[in-house]
Amino acid sequence: MSYLEYTVKSVPTGLSKVLHLNWALVLLLTAVSSVGFLMLYSVAGGSFNPWAAAQIKRFVMGLCLMFTIAMVPIWFWRNVSGVLYAGSLVLLVLVELVGTVNMGAQRWIDLGFMRLQPSELMKITLVMFLAAYYDWLPTEKTSRPFWIIVPIIIIVIPTMLVLRQPDLGTSLLLLMGGAMVMFMAGVHWAYFAAVVAMGVGTITAVFQSRGQSWQLLKDYQYRRIDTFLDPASDPLGAGYHITQSKIALGSGGWAGRGYMQGTQSRLNFLPEKHTDFIFTTLAEEFGFIGAVSLLGLYALIIAFCIASALRNKDRFASLMTIGIACTFFLFFSVNMSMVMGMAPVVGVPLPLVSYGGSAMLILLIGFGMIQSAHVHRPR
Amino acid sequence: MKRKTADTVASHSRMTRRALFLGGSQLAFMGLLGLRMRYLQVDQADEFRLLAEENRINVRLIPPARGEIYDRNGVMLAQNEPSYRITIVREDAGDVESVISKLSTLIELDDDALNRAMTEIRRSSPFLPVTIAERISWEEMSRVAVNAPALPGVTPEVGLSRIYPMGADFAHVVGYVGPVSDYDLSKIEDPDQLLLIPRFQIGKVGVEARSETRLRGVAGTKQVEVNAIGRVMRELDRREGQAGDDLQLTIDQKLQSYVQARLGEESAAAVVIDVESGEILSINSSPTFDPNLFVRGISVADYSALTENEFRPLATKSVQGTYPPGSTFKMVTALAALEDGVIDSETTVYCPGHMTVSDRRFHCWKRGGHGHMNLEGALRESCDVYFYDIALKVGIDKISDMAKRLGLGVRHSVPMSAVASGLAPNREWKQRTYDQAWVLGDTVNASIGQGYVLSSPLQLAVMTARLASGKALEPRLVKTVNGIDQSVPFDEIPDLDVNPNHLRMVRKAMYAVSNDRRGTAYNQRIIEDRVRLAGKTGTSQVRNITAAERRSGVIRNEDLPWGRRDHGLFVSFAPFDNPKIAVAVVVEHGGGSKAATPIARDITLQALYNGDPPLESYPSKDRARIRAQQKRLREENPQIAGTTQDRA
Repeated sequence: MSYLEYTVKSVPTGLSKVLHLNWALVLLLTAVSSVGFLMLYSVAGGSFNPWAAAQIKRFVMGLCLMFTIAMVPIWFWRNVSGVLYAGSLVLLVLVELVGTVNMGAQRWIDLGFMRLQPSELMKITLVMFLAAYYDWLPTEKTSRPFWIIVPIIIIVIPTMLVLRQPDLGTSLLLLMGGAMVMFMAGVHWAYFAAVVAMGVGTITAVFQSRGQSWQLLKDYQYRRIDTFLDPASDPLGAGYHITQSKIALGSGGWAGRGYMQGTQSRLNFLPEKHTDFIFTTLAEEFGFIGAVSLLGLYALIIAFCIASALRNKDRFASLMTIGIACTFFLFFSVNMSMVMGMAPVVGVPLPLVSYGGSAMLILLIGFGMIQSAHVHRPR
Repeated sequence: MKRKTADTVASHSRMTRRALFLGGSQLAFMGLLGLRMRYLQVDQADEFRLLAEENRINVRLIPPARGEIYDRNGVMLAQNEPSYRITIVREDAGDVESVISKLSTLIELDDDALNRAMTEIRRSSPFLPVTIAERISWEEMSRVAVNAPALPGVTPEVGLSRIYPMGADFAHVVGYVGPVSDYDLSKIEDPDQLLLIPRFQIGKVGVEARSETRLRGVAGTKQVEVNAIGRVMRELDRREGQAGDDLQLTIDQKLQSYVQARLGEESAAAVVIDVESGEILSINSSPTFDPNLFVRGISVADYSALTENEFRPLATKSVQGTYPPGSTFKMVTALAALEDGVIDSETTVYCPGHMTVSDRRFHCWKRGGHGHMNLEGALRESCDVYFYDIALKVGIDKISDMAKRLGLGVRHSVPMSAVASGLAPNREWKQRTYDQAWVLGDTVNASIGQGYVLSSPLQLAVMTARLASGKALEPRLVKTVNGIDQSVPFDEIPDLDVNPNHLRMVRKAMYAVSNDRRGTAYNQRIIEDRVRLAGKTGTSQVRNITAAERRSGVIRNEDLPWGRRDHGLFVSFAPFDNPKIAVAVVVEHGGGSKAATPIARDITLQALYNGDPPLESYPSKDRARIRAQQKRLREENPQIAGTTQDRA
């Protein structure tokens, strides 16, 4: 069903929209973010500076942004999604040209009051544009090869740009987020099966060729892959962080060591303790119970989003909602796997909890879209 | 665009199915995350909590044992020896000054080293250990260990340090190690973590430097638990590193030590090459220095004594020094002319004692001239005019090509420091370098190894070995790496691509140089038939002789200041009929070839007899002097006799 087919009149207008917001979701988001404030306060050694206060300010700003976006009808967002996507792409190219070089990776454009990471913006706009694409595309064409290639191009261009920065984590998130929207849109199973088979084939070929006469990569590239996959083989580099991280997690035990009781001196070994590795502090101080509770909150957020999407008869709205929810899911699952030593360290923050302005704002903008879809759903 | 209701309903139901599938998968993954948390936080909690609560974990590098260096017979040239040192950690010591004054009552502290350590302590991070005393004895070390409680932050440590048992004899070949400097680091693009360890030692000169990556090995790591004051409690995990490769050089220690002793305090260099393999049997430069001084940290006085010595002990003259080869270059000119066909063995040139080219008069060393000379006579008596003449016929470019074919003017790849490429000039080179055209006078000068021609003793030895073997052999210094043979079989060495008849003519003339009564090295001949020597003398000028000086009589070398005297050179191979070794000797400002020839003869015999030769090899008039010399060298340098020390 499309917006052209229902009467706009049945959609709430004016201030009554506020009543139709998905308040449970707002509550959940606030809860998760509050966990973040707590942890940032603790990591700073019991101080609002330098992280917690700034994070709260950004959260309030983001919340306002979310409400504003939620008030704007979803069909407006659908209509401008192409422009938003193109804008993000331009910014990505721009960051390539004028971006400040930071830690060897060109990621942000300095706007003065904040550093804008176009790759973060792209996570939302890519999903929106893909949703709009499938909303426009007649469903019977969904699985035709030509109409498969178009979204692949839409996904691959920003992915490659982000990979060039280089930011492996975000580019993986973009790729997988895009693929999930395509999956939801009903692209035939066979395509996904083929991609998975090809991927597995390539990886086996690369590893099989090692040491053979037809070796596909250079020796040093294999060594890099080795340390990437098994950080423990590089005990002074990535492996060091993973060891420290696992000790912090493990020492939390069932109930944790208590708030602010985590041995901060040890966490000083983790250079990203307030960003990518913040989960370790949580797990150390609140233990298994705390960690699982956070996981539960995340799960509830996903569940509410999927429920909202399924109740929404508008194709764009539901695709977008699920797409953003999936991106959110990828965010925290990759981060947690990484911190727990289940995945290579790729540099993905814990959504809403890790310190970081752009990520927080962008996520809340995304949830603003989900709210807008929820408020303006056809009834 | 209006869609059919059935269609939208179908797509919506498909979407619902897929959403449930996706949601289900996500839930399953979250379940997995939960399980992992449970595993880490509940199942392994006790272990981790112990680690976290009581200890800090520290990752430390285990420096690999540096590869050792042996000679061809397994005599140790560079080895690792346990050494004790005392380190201090500022953070743990608190009042550094008082701790050090307490320490100085227990062991003797060197003021120099102490000052250095104090600057380092102030400069580096408070938690990094700084060495305050090195190479202390076991007794001193145990005294410190016993008093450890009274000395906070002080730790006695055992490490490996490098020593060179053969000392000065191998200083220029093996080189030495020293602590990594900022300059070293700036030259390396991706420094090994090991290099960041304070005072980690790397090769600075010679084989130690040029084979650094092989010798260094790969660092291991250990994870240790340390308590609050940084003391290691126990080791958690250990990854063994890989010791450096052991290198066996082609050098024969006995010969090398002999040559060093024989060169004595002359400013000289000598190279001995095995004619059948290109293996360098000895490569010396004198005067030399004790590399062990550098490992320990050389004192300012010792260092300035080395740098201010006008004989330049620190320079590796054997590979780094380049000299006009003088008459030793005449074989090159002769072969170039023979190969070009402009002369044969019977072509004669009349030598009146000089030759005029482009209005300039070029002299032969013999004022009255040699008269009619053929190839053999010209080489034997070193007639300059003969070579002026044939060089003008064959042209510089072909001479230059021949020089390069014989190994002059090319950089040989041996793992020593500052290996020079020398110079075998041609027209193109002069145009490029000086932007001037080559003139005939340049050819005349080059024909007798003067002018622009430059070569190192190593290159001269390679040239001689190639002449003797007819093979394009390359000098080699490394015999085995970790026991794996690196040598190239004789059959696999490419041919020199020079007509064997021409080579034979040149060798015969070289034989005459030292065995014909008229030869320039006849006085330093070997009379033992089995080891007859074939060689060529060379005297290279380092100054111009003016016309005025020529009229009033050329000043004798002995009357000139040392730095203005002629260089003495001699190249030779032996035995003549079955060449085994090639020798090149250069004596800087030796006053002529007579300074080099006796040294080359002694070295040749020493190498062929693998020790002192029977006196009967020498002409009878020399025997008494040689006997005294052998006795003196042996007494002053016991290592010449070889050592009983084996690689076991």
